[in-house]
Amino acid sequence: MAEPIEIILLRQWASYLGLPVWIMDAGGSLVFYNEAAEALLGRRFEESGAIAVEDLASLFSTRSEDGQPLAASELPVSIALMERRPSHSTILMQGFDGRARKLEITAFPVTGLAGRMLGAVAMFWETA
Amino acid sequence: MLVRLWGTRGSLAAPGPETVRYGGNTSCVEIRGPEGELLILDAGTGIRRLGASLAADDNEAHLLLTHLHMDHIQGRGFFAPLFRPDFDIHIWGPPSSNQLLRDRISRYLSPPLFPVRLRELPSLVAIHDILGGEVRIGSLTMRAEFVCHPGPTVGYRIGDGRRSIAYIPDHEPALGHRTAGFEPRWTSGIDLAEDCDLLIHDTQFTAAEYPDHAGWGHSSIDHAVDFAEAARARRLVTFHHDPAHGDTEIDEMLKRGRARASTVEVLPGHEGDVFEV
Repeated sequence: MAEPIEIILLRQWASYLGLPVWIMDAGGSLVFYNEAAEALLGRRFEESGAIAVEDLASLFSTRSEDGQPLAASELPVSIALMERRPSHSTILMQGFDGRARKLEITAFPVTGLAGRMLGAVAMFWETA
Repeated sequence: MLVRLWGTRGSLAAPGPETVRYGGNTSCVEIRGPEGELLILDAGTGIRRLGASLAADDNEAHLLLTHLHMDHIQGRGFFAPLFRPDFDIHIWGPPSSNQLLRDRISRYLSPPLFPVRLRELPSLVAIHDILGGEVRIGSLTMRAEFVCHPGPTVGYRIGDGRRSIAYIPDHEPALGHRTAGFEPRWTSGIDLAEDCDLLIHDTQFTAAEYPDHAGWGHSSIDHAVDFAEAARARRLVTFHHDPAHGDTEIDEMLKRGRARASTVEVLPGHEGDVFEV
């Protein structure tokens, strides 16, 4: 089953960017991250493949900027998906490679024609 | 199902001695279902002759528009049954993010582009926004999906329960692909064409022309063959011929497509051709 055209085009767009980008589907699975995001996550997309929503929480540890544990629902990408609005915040994230990074994240919902909710896109910026 | 090509040209009608075999009329395809259902795929200039060919007892048609670029709608006002009060026509097509299909269509069927307004037509016109999903039309099913082409554009899959036809006349599945081949999950339109018996697909450009036209929303003959094989289509009909290509050049493209193909049968899309599916 192919992804919707909007998600396919987003992947193609992301694959040309030097800015780290995640693409989530409507169910919350991480269906693509680009080469720049691979450096943040510590694993190539070809190795991990798409990551189901239920596996995401165990793979990435996230905390707030002041070090407090962060619920998955508080992440910008979750807000974009669940509340269908853009969101931005600064978090600490530990990826596959075990290294903690301070990241600014901006996420927005992907709404297709006729209001179809198709997923969300998150863009990352490493600040420390 | 019976499929007849009434217009195979892309972008602009191209009549002339150099296009006699492939034809000069723009996109229009007739599909007849087993119970006489009449489906018309796009309303390019080929629809004029289709309209003139209909019998007096043909009194209903479903016009499936892939998108509203001029080469796909220009013939609509010249489809004679629109002026018959006993004729029912259902028009299906994509809305935009801000406008319903009716509003988008009305822009063409109104002065100064056309002297008659949509609401003045004596036939009964019903307009349906396509938002994906499957629709039953008599004994046929019709499914539409958005595909890669500038502006809201869909392709169609028509089935009769046993056989299926995919129609994707304006399509650039190769746009942005960074690797060779088409991975099904990440290829526009693949679900429409999957395992179909007849695929009518964009073959506008030669392989040499494509790099200068990337992003224009069309395929090279190589891309069309690769797409058809990724979808496991049985037959591929070349379509949406570039107006600058004469019969000889399109023959050369067909030869190249056939040489490239390993599983799909590549057939020339001539205006007037009929296929049984």
